[in-house]
Amino acid sequence: MTDTLPLMATRRRFLIGAAGLAGGMALVTMLPGRTAATPASMQAAVKAVAGDAPMNKGRIKIELPPLVENGNAVPLGIKVESPMTDAGHVKAIHVFTEKNPQPNVVSFQLGPRAGTANISTRMRLADTQVVLAIAEMSDGSFWRDEVEVVVTMAACLEES
Amino acid sequence: MTARALINVPPKAKRGEIIGIKSLISHEMETGFRPDATGQPIPRNIIKEFVCTYNGVEVFRAEFFPAMSANPFVSFTTVANESGTITMTWTGDNGFFATESVAITVE
Amino acid sequence: MIAWMPVWRIVAAAAIVCATYPAIAEIPMSERKSGYEFMGPDSRAMQDEDTANPGMLSVLDGEALWKRKAGAAGKSCADCHSDARTSMKGVAARYPAFSPAVNRPVNLEQRINMCRTDRQQAKPFPYESKDLLSLATFVGRQSRGQPISVADDENTRPFIDNGRAAFTRRQGQLNLSCAQCHDDNWSGRLAGSPITQAQPTGYPIYRLEWQSVGSLQRRLRNCLTGLRAESPALGAPQLVDLELYLMWRARGMPMETPAVRP
Ligand code: HEC
Ligand code: HEC
Repeated sequence: MTDTLPLMATRRRFLIGAAGLAGGMALVTMLPGRTAATPASMQAAVKAVAGDAPMNKGRIKIELPPLVENGNAVPLGIKVESPMTDAGHVKAIHVFTEKNPQPNVVSFQLGPRAGTANISTRMRLADTQVVLAIAEMSDGSFWRDEVEVVVTMAACLEES
Repeated sequence: MTARALINVPPKAKRGEIIGIKSLISHEMETGFRPDATGQPIPRNIIKEFVCTYNGVEVFRAEFFPAMSANPFVSFTTVANESGTITMTWTGDNGFFATESVAITVE
Repeated sequence: MIAWMPVWRIVAAAAIVCATYPAIAEIPMSERKSGYEFMGPDSRAMQDEDTANPGMLSVLDGEALWKRKAGAAGKSCADCHSDARTSMKGVAARYPAFSPAVNRPVNLEQRINMCRTDRQQAKPFPYESKDLLSLATFVGRQSRGQPISVADDENTRPFIDNGRAAFTRRQGQLNLSCAQCHDDNWSGRLAGSPITQAQPTGYPIYRLEWQSVGSLQRRLRNCLTGLRAESPALGAPQLVDLELYLMWRARGMPMETPAVRP
């Protein structure tokens, strides 16, 4: 059976253009993490939680599905490596996106009583953009992970 | 109608066991960025805060923003250290408040 | 509105033109698949687990309504039907069903509203209202896993035939039939979305696109709008016939209410 995906890829811009009117029925693919400059508002939001502390790569991992079926409810998993004891634990996790009207998505506060730092939730992703997560540890260190999520919009079937 | 919430906590656990907790609540999570038919933005109406306490001690907290999906779902873990009550509360715009509690037996 | 229409047209044309299947053949029983099977693991998990499935919030709302007294009769659904787990088991799997009162099939929402007006002496709930959807989802939930079994007899057959005719007739500005996508090209994709077989196994569904629960008729109207075809009003006989045909076409498949769909 013929698959129209390749055709769709070439029409991505066209489809994204339509998306503003049509809402999101999305094909999302993931590209490897990229450390290109992020828009100022996201950087400002990061600064608000981390100040000028150095950002380490590692320990925190974002999980997003390779194929998102609808941008209205994208399953988001976050795991941070930590013993989660009084002496060493995750204090907070912050999730940001680059292009939403507001960079913050959600912030979690936890501690040794959580046992693990293993959280899942669902977020909105209406456009191709970077999702960034930052973990703040009890020793004051910060760790980050980011992925670029490509959201391809399609014509929605709902009358509006 | 009041908000509906579903929470999933194991009814029994061994002392020190790490248990999974899942929560789901009905809420539209209106972003405040969408225009209505006349082009005016629909006012924001979201849940802003979610807190889980275990026998009164806070074990997990989340601050939500408009990019959270409608009907917010959160799953996380906690250490089962004693029998008692696990309580979740959600607070938000326009005086939104909801709470659910479940009992847990720890052996 | 105008801007996305050409997109749908190009996409639809591509899907159809590239098709390798011969025209219009009903899907063999052994090849039928619920929309569930076309979803990724995350959406399936959302449907499978009650605490993750937002449709279950509607089931809870429906359960509360089931027990609430209403109307001039001052009776609740439970007063007459007692425990829905037994009284409503398998009921949704038989709808739309022929109603002698109106001499044609009625869908589940309409059947519930008949009890609202005749038995509770209350105002009927509007189509797609939260209350009607909650009750339908709650009643539907009692049929989860039950095989779809709408009546196929002299009363219903003319209406099944009407529904089949609507399903196979080319319509709208795109001049496509439902069957061209859902019988002939169900393993293809449209703008990245699997086309699927349009099996009505999970209604009312929680649709991520809607961010809410909605009825089969709402879903049918979405496809009609996509075709730039005339969309009958909610509750219209044409839509009930289409529902009935789809349920007949899915006979024997298990109910999934409340399903999750993209
Ligand atoms: C005063 C009693 C009474 C009340 C109240 C009532 N019903 Fe009924 N209901 C009946 C009777 C009697 C039938 C069977 C009627 C028939 O077969 O003609 C029925 C049939 C039904 C059916 C179809 C069952 C089938 O096997 O096809 C559904 C569904 C239903 N009711 C749902 C509801 C709901 C939902 C409510 C509350 C909103 C409700 N009813 C309130 C008496 C009642
Ligand atoms: C151009 C192709 C096309 C045509 C023609 C079309 N549909 Fe669809 N239909 C789709 C696609 C694609 C989906 C799935 C999209 C999604 O939900 O992400 C779908 C979904 C559905 C579903 C939901 C199935 C489920 O799992 O819940 C139903 C029911 C349906 N269509 C019925 C119809 C009917 C009835 C018609 C004719 C009036 C029709 N469709 C015409 C493409 C089409």
